[in-house]
Amino acid sequence: MSFLEVKNLEVSFNLHSKSLKALQNISFNLERGERLGIVGESGAGKSVAAFAILNLISRPGKITAGEVLLDGEDLSKLSSQEMRKIRGNKVSMIFQDPMMTLNPVFTIGAQMIECLKAHRKISKSNATKIAIQKLKQVQIPSPEMRMNQYPHELSGGMKQRIIIAIALLMDPALIIADEPTTALDVTIQAEIMELLLDLCESNNVALILITHDLGVVSQVTQKTIVMYAGRIIEQGPTNEIINDAQHPYTQGLINALPQQTLPGEKLNQIRGSMPSLQDIPSGCSFNPRCDFVLDLCTQKRPEFTQSGGCSVACHMVKAMKDAEKGHSAHE
Amino acid sequence: MIAFLINRLFQAAIVMFVISLLSFSIQDNLGDPLRELVGQSVSEADRMELREELGLNDSFLTQYFRFAGKAIQGDLGTSYFFKEPALEVILKKLPATLELVFGATVLIIVISIPVGVYSAINPSSLFSKIAMGISIIGISVPVFLTAIIFIYIFSVELGWLPSFGRGVTEHVFGTWETGFFNLDGLLHLLLPCISLASIMLPLFIRLIRAEMMEVLQSEYIKFAWAKGLSPRRIWFMHALKNTMLPVITVGGVQIGTMVAYTILTETVFQWPGMGFLFLEAVNRVDTPLIVAYLIVVGAIFVITNTIVDLIYGLVNPTVKLVGEK
Ligand SMILES: Nc1ncnc2c1ncn2[C@@H]1O[C@H](COP(=O)(O)OP(=O)(O)OP(=O)(O)O)[C@@H](O)[C@H]1O
Ligand SMILES: [Mg+2]
Repeated sequence: MSFLEVKNLEVSFNLHSKSLKALQNISFNLERGERLGIVGESGAGKSVAAFAILNLISRPGKITAGEVLLDGEDLSKLSSQEMRKIRGNKVSMIFQDPMMTLNPVFTIGAQMIECLKAHRKISKSNATKIAIQKLKQVQIPSPEMRMNQYPHELSGGMKQRIIIAIALLMDPALIIADEPTTALDVTIQAEIMELLLDLCESNNVALILITHDLGVVSQVTQKTIVMYAGRIIEQGPTNEIINDAQHPYTQGLINALPQQTLPGEKLNQIRGSMPSLQDIPSGCSFNPRCDFVLDLCTQKRPEFTQSGGCSVACHMVKAMKDAEKGHSAHE
Repeated sequence: MIAFLINRLFQAAIVMFVISLLSFSIQDNLGDPLRELVGQSVSEADRMELREELGLNDSFLTQYFRFAGKAIQGDLGTSYFFKEPALEVILKKLPATLELVFGATVLIIVISIPVGVYSAINPSSLFSKIAMGISIIGISVPVFLTAIIFIYIFSVELGWLPSFGRGVTEHVFGTWETGFFNLDGLLHLLLPCISLASIMLPLFIRLIRAEMMEVLQSEYIKFAWAKGLSPRRIWFMHALKNTMLPVITVGGVQIGTMVAYTILTETVFQWPGMGFLFLEAVNRVDTPLIVAYLIVVGAIFVITNTIVDLIYGLVNPTVKLVGEK
């Protein structure tokens, strides 16, 4: 049994009496202390997946199938009160834009202390002590003073540090970070990412890192999930995905990395764009943008094929594997 | 803080200047003051002399500065009808009107916040739909109609509530005459307050609901859920405080406006306040009284806006009152 097991998770949005599936067939496992990257273009469903794990999908969305097992406990079966005890406690979340994440009308201290008080019986002075200690851990200068400051008095980087400190308050076993550095100044992105990784590592916290940036994923995660139009299209060990991507979409993402391009050359963007939920093409949802499209791709949704340590949902990869198998059988 | 007050005083001075200019031109154009002062029997020559004596032949500017100079000292002229200083006549009626506005404000706050918040949290509930429906009707029905319907139901048919006047009042703090401290006074307040509140109430319910729904979609509310806070804390601490910020600003202006709406309410309920008096003054072309009314209402406007700004500054940490550290 893994620490976190997500099985066939499905999320639908009810819009104008139509039900659109924003997430389908999401399954993966995560061990304690392990780091998983989720990549994909904008609109792939990465954030929806993150919120679905914490059962935080709000109207008009709904988890319509699947389960999320945390230490074997099915989170989707918990009452809202029991679920509340998990959020911010065993599993915390870090959001994309630190400018928007903290409530503008409460002090940093108030927003930290309330989190501690929500999860355990603790006096205000003890909560303050813990909060200050966490602020020190995320290297906030003069933490005592910060406690009485309001979010608008702090820089974006400082705020994201504070949000990381809030995420760490209850010593969680898992942190879900949804593009934690995207909104930050480029010069401090690496700094914040490093801080987050250090803290996860030293506290044995598992991390789900959602990002557009395959470069970051390759540096910090052990496992990678590639999402497209609400589905996982490839997942496996990060080094295999980066060095030997099977799915044409993953290959496209890797080729689009700036490192893959000579200076002055145009970036190798994947042509076209992610379909909206209303018009996901039949067959493989990636087929209109794929350079290797087969007839089958427009007709039938590909099943997962095992390739090395990765599972890939692609007809072409399957055909190649089958050919290889047939070949070796002949010999 | 000092800088803020100076800034405010400056603004108030501008507002009062505009109002005084307006009032004065009304005075200048509304009928002939001589006709009010003297009878038909006075000869044309005597009239001319009197005009000269009263300074009515001076230029507009000279007349205005004379008027403004006196106004600053609290002298807005003598009411033609009451033969008393106009300002005193108005101020005597101020408590009745303020009580009406205060009562209506309390009603609005006590009703609109819970209803707005509830229907923002449960936007598709039956209660929310009914509240929205009623508020649409409420916005479109004119206040005198609401008032008459209330009088018909609660006074005429049911006989529960009095339909006119202030009832029993007592003096408190020396000069303040109030109906707040006895049952009869409070009963008399009820219908007029409800009628007056009925104009703004639907607006406030809708405003609070819309603001709150927007706040509930914000990232910091999602983060609050992700922290595992209780719904009560998220709704009534995190969301409500942010919802109320814009509502306070709008609300302050509206409550100022409500003072003007009292003219209608007071007339329907024969409430002996400033608005009632104002309408009488208009009928009698009692210009000093009209001018005094406008200036007092202007002052109330400025004062409420200042108070609202102060409250806003206290609630919203991102607004530092100028100069405060
Ligand atoms: N509240 C909502 N109502 C309707 N549709 C939604 C809602 N939230 C998300 N979606 C849809 O779900 C899909 C996935 O959105 P999601 O925010 O998870 O994308 P993402 O992968 O996180 O993209 P990004 O990289 O831009 O953050 C999108 O097509 C979006 O339109
Ligand atoms: Mg996202």
